[in-house]
Amino acid sequence: MTRSKWLSWSGILIMLGLLLFAFIWHLSIGTKIIPIDELIQSFYAYNQDNFNHLIIQELRLPRALIAICVGACLAVSGALMQGVTRNPLADPGLLGMLTGAALGVVYWSTFVSSASLVWLPLVAAIGALISAIIVWSIASRVTGGITPLSLILSGSAFTAFTGALLAIHHLLDQHTFEEMRTWLVGSLLASNLATLYWCLPWIIIGLVAAIMLAPSVTALSMGEEVATGLGINIPRRKWQLLTCVVILTSVSVALAGPLGFIGLVIPHVVRFWVGADYRWIIPYCILLGAVYLLFVDTLARWLIQPHEIATGLITILIGAPLFIWLVKVRVR
Amino acid sequence: MSLTNQQTALPISLTTHDLVVGYSMPVVKGVDLTIQPGKISILIGSNGCGKSTLLKCLARVLPPISGQVLLNGKAIHQQPAKKVAKMMALLPQGPIAPEGLSVKELVSQGRYPHQSFLKQWSKEDEQAVEQAMQQANVEMLADRSIADLSGGQRQRCWIAMVLAQQTDIILLDEPTTYLDLKVQVDLLNLLSDLAHQHQRTLVIVLHELNLAATYADHLIMMKEGKVYAQGTPDQVFNADNLQAVFGLTAKVMKDPDSDALLCIPMTQQSSQVAS
Repeated sequence: MTRSKWLSWSGILIMLGLLLFAFIWHLSIGTKIIPIDELIQSFYAYNQDNFNHLIIQELRLPRALIAICVGACLAVSGALMQGVTRNPLADPGLLGMLTGAALGVVYWSTFVSSASLVWLPLVAAIGALISAIIVWSIASRVTGGITPLSLILSGSAFTAFTGALLAIHHLLDQHTFEEMRTWLVGSLLASNLATLYWCLPWIIIGLVAAIMLAPSVTALSMGEEVATGLGINIPRRKWQLLTCVVILTSVSVALAGPLGFIGLVIPHVVRFWVGADYRWIIPYCILLGAVYLLFVDTLARWLIQPHEIATGLITILIGAPLFIWLVKVRVR
Repeated sequence: MSLTNQQTALPISLTTHDLVVGYSMPVVKGVDLTIQPGKISILIGSNGCGKSTLLKCLARVLPPISGQVLLNGKAIHQQPAKKVAKMMALLPQGPIAPEGLSVKELVSQGRYPHQSFLKQWSKEDEQAVEQAMQQANVEMLADRSIADLSGGQRQRCWIAMVLAQQTDIILLDEPTTYLDLKVQVDLLNLLSDLAHQHQRTLVIVLHELNLAATYADHLIMMKEGKVYAQGTPDQVFNADNLQAVFGLTAKVMKDPDSDALLCIPMTQQSSQVAS
């Protein structure tokens, strides 16, 4: 463990360097490219009359911070789910949380209140939570209890069902659908710091809990019997981990809508480099998830400027080929 | 045999009291058992007789329907999971390591019950892992990936993980299944050494009758969820019991050199395999 420990710590430093680089790149690039010196200046000598300072501090900084948080949360919740369910395809989408959140938002804005955007993040989180509870309880009622297979089956059935409901809604009410695009594809366009402040305590709780629970996720990934033998109270630990996943996913959906593929791809990339021990996988996921979403969001704003592609589409456009490549190089 | 042990000088006791275990239906139906410390107890019986189910309940994988498993006089299912894991380890049947785990990382997982968030990797942990890898003879594989190893090597790595847990009791569910005979014998020699040289208490579920008779200090024969006979192989490993427990017509002989008992199935008779 000493040899790989040294490697792993230096890897963390490299990742932190990458994060800083991606952060600066994200701030400086966009419809208007802002030089680095002016960018740095806006932090220590903010000038309200300088238009570039305004762009950075008011528009791009909140967006970059949210990208960091959302990327980290989604990657970690995907990693936790893959470890606990021993299912390499598990991600927050598996529990139906992403479509569930989107459906919650669409129904809320159609039937309850289409005017108040204030409540939308909370509604998304509640939608994600309810979806997870439904999928989890269906899976636990199957004979044999919660197994990777029963979770996958009930999760995909629920996702297909909510997806169909969304499609029906789309056909009946095109107008609402156009307005709600952010909530359906995932985007960082509507980023504002107020939502981030509201979510930040939960993000910290979720990530700290994930780091603390990481050793037992490694044990669980070796099977429930092995984990029991190592002294883990399986039902209790599973509830703790599920709570952690729900918190992390809900805040992500609340901040950026349903961003697919991050929770699936990032843990695989991380495992490819650092192996199978979650003591390392979780911290790396936090950093790589953040770097990845910063990078993707920069592309989303930059590729077809002055327009912008929804970030959720780019995460999939880049994530899917990356995932296929991983499948190819990791074939057992 | 003296019970001096590097971890504790107290004799460990593991007993069951009128134990009933099962899934929707009881599979183990009222078992009273006393596991002998510092010895190898081997559970045998035909498929579905409840020997694995019994072991799973001893290991807390399954809760009892009624009755109790007592570890040092206290109900095991009521004790804190981590505390029990410092006294008793389990090697389940056919464990699968996650892809990409190295041998040393796998063995290190055995230290889980000795660690906490504040007390992470200590010198003690490092020593225990080194020692366990030495005992199981997998030191030279330390940096290899589990996936690249042969079945026998892999099983030795899992045994090393269980050893790193440094428990007095070790439960093993069919540790030799799917291995070559030579590898099976190597593994059982290793386990025998653990019990007789290092005073560990072993409870093993085994399929291979001749190996069970050779290596057991205490042989437990199960039939239809109950203990049919138990004792030293000399006491219980005979043609009548094999017929009753397995429905197997066989001759039992003694190897003149090693004194080990051997059973030789009769080929001409129609021997029925009990369900």
